[in-house]
Amino acid sequence: MTALSADQMAPQPDRKPLKSRGASFDPIFGFICGAAATLLLVTLSGLMVSLVIGGWPAFAKFGLSFFTSTRWNPVTEVFGGAGPIIGTLITAFVSLLLSLPIAIGVAVFLTEFCPQQLRRPIGVAVELLAGVPSIVYGMWGLFVFAPLFAQLVETPLSVWTPPTFLGKGFADFWSNTVIGDLVPNGSGILAASIILAVMILPFMAATLRELFLTVPTKVRESAYGVGCTPLEVVTSVTIPYVRRSAIGAVMLGLGRALGETMAVTFIIGNSHGLPKGLFSGGSTIASTIANEFAEATGEMHTAALIALGFVLFLITFAVLAIARALLGAQRQA
Amino acid sequence: MIALLGIAFIALIAVIIAAGLISTFGGSLGLRKVANIGFVVFCVGGAVLALSALAAILASLLANGFGGINLAVFTQDTPAPGSTGGLRNAILGSIAMCLEGMVIAIFVGIAAGTWLAEYADRNNYTKTYGSIVRFVNDVLLSAPSILVGLFIYTVLVAKGIPVLSVVSLGHFSGIAGGVALSLLAVPVVTRTTEDVLRLQSRQLRESGVALGAPLWVTIRAILWKAAQGGMITGVLLAFARISGETAPLLFTALNNQFNGLNFKIEDAFGLNAPTANIPVVIFNFALSAYDDWRRLAWVGSLLIAAAVLGINILVRVLSAEQKRS
Repeated sequence: MTALSADQMAPQPDRKPLKSRGASFDPIFGFICGAAATLLLVTLSGLMVSLVIGGWPAFAKFGLSFFTSTRWNPVTEVFGGAGPIIGTLITAFVSLLLSLPIAIGVAVFLTEFCPQQLRRPIGVAVELLAGVPSIVYGMWGLFVFAPLFAQLVETPLSVWTPPTFLGKGFADFWSNTVIGDLVPNGSGILAASIILAVMILPFMAATLRELFLTVPTKVRESAYGVGCTPLEVVTSVTIPYVRRSAIGAVMLGLGRALGETMAVTFIIGNSHGLPKGLFSGGSTIASTIANEFAEATGEMHTAALIALGFVLFLITFAVLAIARALLGAQRQA
Repeated sequence: MIALLGIAFIALIAVIIAAGLISTFGGSLGLRKVANIGFVVFCVGGAVLALSALAAILASLLANGFGGINLAVFTQDTPAPGSTGGLRNAILGSIAMCLEGMVIAIFVGIAAGTWLAEYADRNNYTKTYGSIVRFVNDVLLSAPSILVGLFIYTVLVAKGIPVLSVVSLGHFSGIAGGVALSLLAVPVVTRTTEDVLRLQSRQLRESGVALGAPLWVTIRAILWKAAQGGMITGVLLAFARISGETAPLLFTALNNQFNGLNFKIEDAFGLNAPTANIPVVIFNFALSAYDDWRRLAWVGSLLIAAAVLGINILVRVLSAEQKRS
């Protein structure tokens, strides 16, 4: 605060006028607010710079092979990040593939078919579930989902061989790309993707529902008026109307799936190297960092993990930037 | 059950593809009606599938966690395997670090949001700068939280990294954990503050000018007061968000078997040391081989989920009341 002038020190009347008392504080207040806004900018650049500095030793030593090699060996200090990087992309993509159709279904259900009295409660429930911390999803995945998945899906699949009339090509595809080195313990790339899908589903459903609600009623009703079925209204009016923002919302969901740590770490199996199939164990960038960072001893190990973090930063930054550009003026949370 | 869900999922996808084909290439009224019925079934099925999966999660949380809640959970510290104990140190540590994060976030977030809403539109330069800051805030809002943890680790915890070692505390600490959490809370507060301030009418701003008040008094005494409800909502949402975050605490606050918190300000309230917190305790205990540790992990998950859902419901009740008044 600035020093008080003589007339301000004098006894004040009961009703204090909002006069130009403290007008000299105005620029200081503006400066404080501006500084806080700048702090956000500094934080993001600091985040990027610190990841580059921290990961530099690994980038400098391994060069391009950090992105192409799958050898991750803390003992001999040879680090190649291709396994976690590919694992991150696969789990995020598969989880999006699983949750997007359901999310659209839920959003359409809530805006078109749901009885009026149930719309608000179900909508609120979906929004509330979008806020449940990811470690809760991780606990459920580890203790409830994984045993069931192992018993009901993995065990039968591990003894099943494709019938011969499908040909050798399918048999090879099946054993190399789908089954991989399946161990029926409930963990793996697909299990992690399913948990991720369950986790991002409420978020995407809630965002898509908000978007669908922005379609003017008149436009939708006129489509019904010319004899469209609800399916045709959704595919030819609602979705085209919000297309841009909807893609943005999906990208936001993808961003979440890419960077999600706890729900994945519990169940992905945490084996390095390229995943051999959907049922093989694998790792993502986030799960590798979560598992190894606190116990990393060698400097190169720490640097390699931070370098992986930088790669994750670049991927998510690109996805989020596209999402924001597409969402544009809508600015959905 | 899962196999059934999987088959149902594949069937739903097949139905939607068939329905999409029919609706794209046209068809008789009968076909269109059939396609539409398939679509309705898909949407309702999707909603049922989603809600039942989510109900299953909450139910298993209650089934596994509720039985473990007793007085010892709140009065004893995390135990060694085989002995009895509770989560007292973790609960206190989580509360302390969330409060630290929220104090930082409230100051920075409200100031930054105010700048974006009230100062950014002054001229073309500030407008450009404002849109950059807004974009950066949006990126921070959805940045992976584990990267925030890495960032705070390199700045406040690590020793060996050049340039950054100037500010580093050099060890794991609750302070670093709180700062990491604040980075996740600031964007939420900034965003809601800007949004609610922009909703305030021009007349309200002019009323301050008409009274001859300086801009900062207008903002503080009139605009903040009018936008109070929305700003509190933002703060509560930010609190709900950080209270369940695990990843940023894994290598900033780490963990602690004991409760080091105190009320001595010269000791930084005991936060200048590794600090226990519920999410990291859940992470460590869930992956352990001891039944009593796993039981405590379930209890911790239930407590966190209840806290987050409780805050979110409170926010809804508060904003519903505002709309009414």
